[in-house]
Amino acid sequence: MLDLYGTRIQNRLLLGTAQYPSPAILADSVRESGTEIVTVSLRREAGGSKEGQDFWALIKALNVRVLPNTAGCYTVKEAVTTAQMAREVFQTDWIKLEVIGEEDTLQPNVFALVEAAEILIDQGFKVFPYTTEDIIVAEKLVELGCEVLMPWGAPIGTGRGLNNPYGLRTMREHFPDTTLIVDAGIGLPSHAAQAMELGYDAILLNTAVSGAGTPKAMAKAFAMAIEAGHMAYLADPIEMRDMAQPSTSMMGKAFLS
Amino acid sequence: MNILVNGVSTEVETPHLDQLLIALGYADSVVATAVNSDFVPVSLRSNTLLNEGDQLEIISPIQGG
Repeated sequence: MLDLYGTRIQNRLLLGTAQYPSPAILADSVRESGTEIVTVSLRREAGGSKEGQDFWALIKALNVRVLPNTAGCYTVKEAVTTAQMAREVFQTDWIKLEVIGEEDTLQPNVFALVEAAEILIDQGFKVFPYTTEDIIVAEKLVELGCEVLMPWGAPIGTGRGLNNPYGLRTMREHFPDTTLIVDAGIGLPSHAAQAMELGYDAILLNTAVSGAGTPKAMAKAFAMAIEAGHMAYLADPIEMRDMAQPSTSMMGKAFLS
Repeated sequence: MNILVNGVSTEVETPHLDQLLIALGYADSVVATAVNSDFVPVSLRSNTLLNEGDQLEIISPIQGG
């Protein structure tokens, strides 16, 4: 089972809740995927508006855990204050910590990420840092107390899959005991399966499901691919080789020429 | 007194944060607040007094990835 700061989770898909065609399709997708954790966020809302309150009621009715994010934060101060607000609103000490460094790629600012993580861990948060595959940054986050790391597959929303499989494989080998979740950039179930085959513990994705023509079906496809990838990793895949090798024995082959 | 509420210049009748939230229509809403970029938890709202020109942020749950 997936271990997230001592919480045991069966389903290895974490699903974002943004950009679905409708609340009903979001709810259907969450149910169909079997996910136990969805990501949520916080934004300004006018007094008397019901949109945010209705969304929160919908999520509570789905009976899933929530992982609030600090999406859109560019500074340590913004991220820390947003996390504090999220803890109160969503009643959880889990925080998906995003500190963005650059607009075109939405790449994490890893320096600010480390600084914010230290502050939040001191305040009792269980931090899920959105980071890169840089293992030196990852070492620092683990030293600070992060039990989960979430490297990107590719920039958020691009659907490009795993841009750096070598880096992600190295990260897995370097942190055998840390829960590793590929977060962002996944476009297809095969991308998710590839990450799971590398030994990643889970996948966090949003756009690949919410932007699909049929989100509910895509949510199910991802859940199946993630489970298949995990089973394949546990089954110890064969090594790749350059030269062909017959799978059928040549022993006893009839001489027919 | 004039303050910024979610970035909008707003004339308010009371300096008390808890009363102001009710006056602005948030009485039944799950929201979090920050004044001048510092988080103000629910437990401190009744003791928080706003000043002219303060920046009040009121945020609600929303979909996120």
